[in-house]
Amino acid sequence: MRILLLFLALFASMPALAIVEQADVMPADFDNPEQKARFRALTEELRCTVCQNQNIADSHASLARDVRRQVLNLIKQGKSDEEVVDYLVARYGDFVRYRPPFDARTAVLWLGPFVFLLVGLWALLAFIRRRNREQTASVLDAEEQVALQKALNALKDHDASAGGDK
Amino acid sequence: MARFLVPLGIFLVLVGFLYVGLNLNPREIPSPLIGKPAPDFTLPGLKDPEQSFSRADLLGKVTLVNAWASWCTTCRQEHHLLMELARTEGVQIYGINYKDTREDALAYLQQLGDPYVISGHDIQGRVGLDFGVIATPETFIIDRKGVIRYKQTGAITVEAWRETIAPLLERLEAEEG
Repeated sequence: MRILLLFLALFASMPALAIVEQADVMPADFDNPEQKARFRALTEELRCTVCQNQNIADSHASLARDVRRQVLNLIKQGKSDEEVVDYLVARYGDFVRYRPPFDARTAVLWLGPFVFLLVGLWALLAFIRRRNREQTASVLDAEEQVALQKALNALKDHDASAGGDK
Repeated sequence: MARFLVPLGIFLVLVGFLYVGLNLNPREIPSPLIGKPAPDFTLPGLKDPEQSFSRADLLGKVTLVNAWASWCTTCRQEHHLLMELARTEGVQIYGINYKDTREDALAYLQQLGDPYVISGHDIQGRVGLDFGVIATPETFIIDRKGVIRYKQTGAITVEAWRETIAPLLERLEAEEG
């Protein structure tokens, strides 16, 4: 019963919250398809600072809605994509970008994977080389080599003589 | 021996990273505004829409700018501390009432007290956006020249006040205007 009341109270408070919300960006708000395409590309590339695993395009957070509205305003004011991103970075930092710029702080982030790849390749090469060396060095001694060669020759002769039957 | 030590070493490094990561607060996003002049803004006053609250009001003194809303439960928790700071410590607290209705905000102040010199009514959150507000409450410490010097994400706690904010205010008060 208590929980039910709580839900009722929540629903009752919703209209009050709704008054404050700005209208979300609607398809009719775009002047042309090019504007819409830019808006989509930008909002998909920007990260919502509230729901941090969502981009601005997908997030239902009220802040994301404000940012969407603002991105559209800036596009309509004739700002370039770069200027729109800079506008948000100036307020929320590089955190809003899914692709942070390459600088001293992000060098490890950008270069790390390649370093790991190189280390992995190096380890793989070292492993293969060692295995080859071990194999060629230890599998057969000279006597066994001769025996193997003999056996192979015998097999070849057998094949040659048997070949006529086919 | 190296056969075991290398994976063990890698494992320990990984554990170290995860342990540190476990204690980081993902909400605390460093603000790019620290060390920069507070954004220029003008808001209608919450109590009296005829009165305005703008950046100029913050100049010449050390101030706290607190983004708050009546629908924000953490703001409620923080409120009594703000009241105390305004009353006993004489801290100049300015409010940005963020995405709130005037009635709700006024009722909230009526009920809990008003620690603010003035609160601006930022109904659409535009000024909040300029301050990089992610979620209320957030508090900015602004020096005499109007430069943002610190940002408290989330409620000001007694520890945050004692260990960080109070010493910072003291230092800023001592700075040349």
